[in-house]
Amino acid sequence: MNGETLKVRLQYFASLRERRGLAREEIATGAATPADLYAELSARHGFALPAARVRVAVNGEFAEPTHPLKDGDEVAFIPPVAGG
Amino acid sequence: MFQLTNQPIDPAALEAAFRNEACGALVTFEGRVRNLNDGKPVERLEYEVFGPLAEKEGARIVDEALRKFAVAKALCVHRTGLLEIGGIAVWVGVEAGHRGAAFDACRFIIDEVKARVPIWKKEHYSDGRSEWVETVGPPVRN
Repeated sequence: MNGETLKVRLQYFASLRERRGLAREEIATGAATPADLYAELSARHGFALPAARVRVAVNGEFAEPTHPLKDGDEVAFIPPVAGG
Repeated sequence: MFQLTNQPIDPAALEAAFRNEACGALVTFEGRVRNLNDGKPVERLEYEVFGPLAEKEGARIVDEALRKFAVAKALCVHRTGLLEIGGIAVWVGVEAGHRGAAFDACRFIIDEVKARVPIWKKEHYSDGRSEWVETVGPPVRN
């Protein structure tokens, strides 16, 4: 937490989308990184997936969980993939 | 090249674009929907994608294959939406001077696509239940 509040746009997919009950939302958060944000959302929505199994994308590109978030960022949490 | 499509995949139409006369090998792979997974009868599959990132990551994988192996052309097409048993979920084609590089590149592309591209598969079972397939660890039930 950095004490500031950011507005971020969230995208959920697959099991996380179903658990949350929606695909997109905009929220205000005090989280400074995607890792902090995922912890906040997990506590609020009871996500079953541990953070270690979830990848992060910020503004349409893969990002580290420690990537500093900025106001207006679009953040996507990516459950384990299963194409093919 | 990497493409997503919500339409049935037609291998003959895709293969028709591989006609390089300098190439002695064309290797193709079709991934099809199985009627059984982990002992459970599957009725159909549903693919969800993170479109923009899936297209970027898929294109990166095909570009990596073109750099890594001595191949002339490579294409991967992946389905989105609902598929019935036997439907083609993914198609890979690689054309090369010789078979070794074509086989290697084809294997590389399908393995990397399964591991890296943000595509999710939901299995719908005969008993009416459904489950997202999550490759490492136990599946998350809904």
